[in-house]
Amino acid sequence: MSATPALPDAAPGEPQAFALPARKRRPLIAIILFLALAAVPLVVSLGLPAHWLTLVTRAMIFAIAALSLDLILGVGGLVSFGHAAFIGIGAYVTGIMITEGRTEALLILPVIFVLCGLFAAVTGAVSLRTKGVAFIMITLAFGQMAFFLAQALSAYGGDDGLTLSDRSTLLGFKPFASRTSFYYVVLAALAGCYLLISVIVASRFGRILRAARENATRVTVTGFDVSRIRLIAYVISGMIAGLSGFLLANQTEFVSPAYMSWARSGELIFMVVLGGVGSLHGAIIGALAFLFAEDALSRLTEHWKVIFGPMIVLFVLFTRGGLVGIIGRLGRRHD
Amino acid sequence: MTTSLLIVQILNGLQLGILLFLVAAGLTLVFGVMDFINLAHGVQYMLGAYLAVTFVALTGSFVLGLVLALAAALVIGLALEFLVFRHLYERDHLDQVLATFGLILLLNQGVKIVWGAAPLSVPVPEFLTGSVRLMDGILYPTYRFALIGSGLAVAGLLWFIVEKTRTGMLLRAGASNASMVSALGVDIRKLFMIVFAFGTMLAGFAGAMAAPILSVEPGMGDSILILAFVVIVVGGIGSIRGAFVGALIVGLVDTLGRSFMNDLLRLFMSAPSARATGAALSSMLIYLVMAMVLFVRPEGLLPAKGRS
Repeated sequence: MSATPALPDAAPGEPQAFALPARKRRPLIAIILFLALAAVPLVVSLGLPAHWLTLVTRAMIFAIAALSLDLILGVGGLVSFGHAAFIGIGAYVTGIMITEGRTEALLILPVIFVLCGLFAAVTGAVSLRTKGVAFIMITLAFGQMAFFLAQALSAYGGDDGLTLSDRSTLLGFKPFASRTSFYYVVLAALAGCYLLISVIVASRFGRILRAARENATRVTVTGFDVSRIRLIAYVISGMIAGLSGFLLANQTEFVSPAYMSWARSGELIFMVVLGGVGSLHGAIIGALAFLFAEDALSRLTEHWKVIFGPMIVLFVLFTRGGLVGIIGRLGRRHD
Repeated sequence: MTTSLLIVQILNGLQLGILLFLVAAGLTLVFGVMDFINLAHGVQYMLGAYLAVTFVALTGSFVLGLVLALAAALVIGLALEFLVFRHLYERDHLDQVLATFGLILLLNQGVKIVWGAAPLSVPVPEFLTGSVRLMDGILYPTYRFALIGSGLAVAGLLWFIVEKTRTGMLLRAGASNASMVSALGVDIRKLFMIVFAFGTMLAGFAGAMAAPILSVEPGMGDSILILAFVVIVVGGIGSIRGAFVGALIVGLVDTLGRSFMNDLLRLFMSAPSARATGAALSSMLIYLVMAMVLFVRPEGLLPAKGRS
């Protein structure tokens, strides 16, 4: 399902010539994508419904989470079914700290990174002892553990969730207050995460991670500690997903256990697969497409999942490589 | 007082364990033989319960309703196998997870459209109403005993089929090495169908039997599916014996944890903080048990023989 054809015997540390065409195309698509996103507020001010600004902001927040999932799922080949837990942890830390009167983002974010990193390190250390289908089941179970923990937090709303009294501040400023400035904050965060993960994937570390997806035994024999590399990727991924939780809590001014439900984890996987596994910008495109489809279908009928479910099934059965794969095939035809 | 409560809670834990076993047995078999991860298995449990609601109301008889519900659950399961699952056996786990996830969205919502979002229930059958007196002051509903008993009977039947019959032998062989079984001339597609039909029936049976004591609602299959995953991981993937042991452990730990964690913590801390910590800790308990088992034995307690 990988979008970039990878040679199993590509030695880590050597340039991978086979990846060049994709590499040439990747920055171009990403630049077009980010330019289009940057233009959305302008288009909205020219007459597109204001609802679009909120929708695209939300989609970009989920794109950050989908990007982080793509690092372990697409690049690392580890199907984690508990990724929503990190969004939930980020959102709950934000909600609880704001409720306790600490709105400073530079105070909240370090707490989120530490807690998400810790949760990822502990659950990852246990989950990575297994592989394949057991890994899917265990990450799902740990995600569910976080969900029930949030439900048991009766001091902070329990099952009903927690309404935020205020949004975060940044060094006394309020960049999260107005819709347009919040939009650009999220866009900047998304661009930052995209660059960071791109750098990680292109680095030696990223190449080992990718090589381990193709053949873990061979990478181990070459002298790398595959489990440790995967664990580090898992922790980085969890911390980035925590950031999206912070943004989500600020946008909705509400947090609830539903943020980390297992269905949410499933939706994140679908976003990544929808866009194209392992291609990074695919995760962004997938998240945008997912939220647009959700928005359009839920306007159509309250039973939109009856349409959406079969769409997922048909998508899995009949397409390969996701939207990016389709774009790539179109591009190749023009070459 | 505490002893009687303990006995009742142990029985409740057994009962949850039996339900979990019925769901997990099908799941672990399907996974063990076909290498297919079916998230929609929990939906089969839910469908069993909903079909029982309809057929029991329609026929006025619990037993007849149960049989019809099982038959209908089987038909739906086979239809899904024919339309979707069959095309996923050769795919990687990611595709399987996603496609069956899509089915869950469809069926959970579909159930809401057909039966409504409000919880439904099935009356306890006439001949199983009332309670059994265990000892002074301890009464336990007859139906729950019947549930535990029928679950144990099914477990026994399953053991007999898997260990003593030719089909069971093929199943065990398939779980160890499916391609070898196929190479030896066994129709592996037919074997898959049998395993799948069997798993579907077990989940549907669990759902139908749970219908009189649990509320029947959309999404009821999801929570039991995740518990069944914990069971399978604890017991060892592909192993029926593992599923049985794992189910009892998870059922007992979860039930006893929820009822006694609070009292236990009050020995160390004040009542309000014990209540808060107890609620959080007891909901996490089975996952902690799972983590501990995995830490000691990554392949589970009783892994299927020959799997690596």
